[in-house]
Amino acid sequence: MSGDRITKALLFISSLTILLLGAGIVLSLFGGAIPAFREFGLKFIVSPAWNPTTGSEEYGALSFIAGTVITSILALIICIPMAFSTSLFIAEYYNGTRTSSILRSLVDLLAGIPSIVYGFWGFYALRPLLVATGLSDQGFGVFTASLVLAIMIVPYATSLSAEIISMVPAELKEAAYSLGATRREVIFSVVIPSARSGIIASFILALGRALGETMAVTMLIGNANVIPKGLFAPGNTMASVIANQFGEASGLKLSALIAVGLLLFLITAIVNALGKLIIKRFA
Amino acid sequence: MHPELTDNIARRNRTNGRFRYLVIAGSVITVVPIFLIVGNLAIKGYRQINLAFFTKPAPDTFQAMMAAASGEIIPGGIANGLTGSLLMVLLASFIAIPLGLMTGIFVYENGTRRYARFIRSLTEILQGVPSIILGIIAYLWVVKNITRGYSALAGSVSLAIMMLPLIIRSTEETMRMIPIAIREAAFALGTPYYKMIYKILIPVSFSGLATGVLLALSRILGETAPLMLTALGSPAVSFDVTRPVSAVPLLIWDFYNDPNMVSLVWSASLFLMFFVLSMNLLARSVASKHKYI
Amino acid sequence: MNNTPQSENVLEIRDLFIAYEPGRYAVKDVSAHVRRNSITAIMGPSGCGKSTLLRAMNRMHELYPNIETKGDILLDGQSIFSMSVIELRRKVGMVFQRPNPFPNMTIYENVVAGFSLNDIRLKKSQRDDIVENALRNVALWDEVKESLYRKGTFLSGGQQQRLCVARAIAFNPEVLLLDEPTSALDPIATSKIEDLLGELKKKYTLVLVTHNMSQAARISDDSMFMYLGELVESGHTNTLFTTPKDPRTEAYLTGKFG
Repeated sequence: MSGDRITKALLFISSLTILLLGAGIVLSLFGGAIPAFREFGLKFIVSPAWNPTTGSEEYGALSFIAGTVITSILALIICIPMAFSTSLFIAEYYNGTRTSSILRSLVDLLAGIPSIVYGFWGFYALRPLLVATGLSDQGFGVFTASLVLAIMIVPYATSLSAEIISMVPAELKEAAYSLGATRREVIFSVVIPSARSGIIASFILALGRALGETMAVTMLIGNANVIPKGLFAPGNTMASVIANQFGEASGLKLSALIAVGLLLFLITAIVNALGKLIIKRFA
Repeated sequence: MHPELTDNIARRNRTNGRFRYLVIAGSVITVVPIFLIVGNLAIKGYRQINLAFFTKPAPDTFQAMMAAASGEIIPGGIANGLTGSLLMVLLASFIAIPLGLMTGIFVYENGTRRYARFIRSLTEILQGVPSIILGIIAYLWVVKNITRGYSALAGSVSLAIMMLPLIIRSTEETMRMIPIAIREAAFALGTPYYKMIYKILIPVSFSGLATGVLLALSRILGETAPLMLTALGSPAVSFDVTRPVSAVPLLIWDFYNDPNMVSLVWSASLFLMFFVLSMNLLARSVASKHKYI
Repeated sequence: MNNTPQSENVLEIRDLFIAYEPGRYAVKDVSAHVRRNSITAIMGPSGCGKSTLLRAMNRMHELYPNIETKGDILLDGQSIFSMSVIELRRKVGMVFQRPNPFPNMTIYENVVAGFSLNDIRLKKSQRDDIVENALRNVALWDEVKESLYRKGTFLSGGQQQRLCVARAIAFNPEVLLLDEPTSALDPIATSKIEDLLGELKKKYTLVLVTHNMSQAARISDDSMFMYLGELVESGHTNTLFTTPKDPRTEAYLTGKFG
């Protein structure tokens, strides 16, 4: 039975590498962030300063935390009505029809387009539109980034919500129909109450994706290292500042960027864990 | 019948109808971008796609400027990106596929034990880690300590870490769909454990596993952010894993930052999107053919 | 009750065809009637179209996409396809195979769900009356009056099913459709529901789908036997069970298929 023992050992060892990988990621981020935290302490989190001039170096993550939170929440707000109606279309109104499966594939395709293509498209196609409306001089900024982010996260929120809506027992919906409820009333009195926590979780998971999106945001947000002053003002997110400045960074600045990465890691891990927890409770 | 009912029927039917239109309108708005994006890229990008596009490396900015000035199409293509992407994706698959498969089988086989459940949760957390952070990790591990400089290996490591959780989860989920009876039948015939895995579990779930791998590949093919921190990019075709290489998405980023190359970005984006989406569709068609009993 | 003279037949089914896919009929050319204040049982082997026929009586079958319906069903002489679905379903209530109280509502809220779903606001005292009446009518009042504000899902299967009957009759429908209402219940709960149906027919007209022949024989006044989408035979239950005219009916009753 040595074949059995070898197989079992191999499987176990490969699972250990995942353990090491997880621990390694956390430790490396902490290790890389130590110089920055030693220099600035917790002020790193609450300070909006970002000054790489040698001699008067000062780094704080607040502008980027603000940029990340604002763009992601705004993207989520734009995404909710779209994802909500699309998931109702797929899983309720046209459930089981050809139309529904076509829409589902289109939404899946939306999820497959690479981030950089979204960014490029936003830059050349969406940005001029915003300039034409006169809302923004150059079209860069929080709103443009959020709009593209919203399009990018809609598929995630939609496919999960649709799955959860389609799990609502047909018997409950039929009971409401047989009492004379209209479809809208069935949706609001039976479908949403039964699927509520799952739908909320799907939006939380979509938010988790928005928080970490890099390329599209980097190309559209304007890359200003300040707290955004308005919806159409430029800013920077945690992911985009890393993408923009990591290549030329060294010393304290490199450590500060890794510290930003550590914070981003923690925020997304918490948001994702929350989403998964709600989903598990639901199922 | 209840007297108050008659007067509210018309109103309720109206609200019901309006809500339906709202749902349809919202769904249309959701899918409009995909047509806009595909249409935009196709119209602006097709002109640059020819044989040279696939066989020549990217031009330098001077060549591009001269071509633009004389109204010709920009010479050169994305060959250095294609070879770089191929190199890194192969290397990443080489690391992530066997490791992911084995870990997935481990979690499936020991699903109820606390350790396996912990590995499963860890996998879910890893899946949610933003790709740019995996770039930082590969930078810290490989660029700084192994290759002492930007390298294809570093890029592959970041992509492999991205693929791993996807493959582990799809492996576990696919195997969980195999009826217990099939396993039990194998054991009842006296099959040793490892043979049950090689001869039953893996063949029975093969198309499901293939779908998982294809979807993971389609995810990493379009990744840019971690490669900026690891593979960096290179103007020449290179197969040296210890040296910087380019990749198709990295080329798009370079072209985007060079005003002379705009028309090449459209083509490269069109190609990348087409490639990733076909991989995606292939994965889904494999998945739809895959059913048990 | 109603003072105007009414015809004996509440429901008239005329040349009804129903297809889930073009050309594939689940119900083929069915014509029949349902008498007032009676229990009509629809029997037949699974897949014979009996549930589809029942669901057509309050147009629940339209919930499936791409459904195709030809022919007509009249309720008190009026075509149900010309009525508002809302109005129709208020007049023709339904009880399902498996008990399905709304899990997000209390027992009390479940009974008045028809009112809240139909946007009808009632005074507290009116609602209290309706709840007590409906629960008394299904012989559930004494069992649940202490726990009206608990979720309906903690009740036993039989109690849940009676709660669902109460929910359906709270609105005082004319007809109550029952789709194998006892198939998920144990024998004791089943016999309680059967007794209940005997009581309910004094006030309402009941149509019952069942694949349990002895149940049909025990409680129904009229029977319909369906096979492969066709209505093979219908009439008084006694006649149909003792002297079936069609050989297929006889084969079914003697257990040759189904």
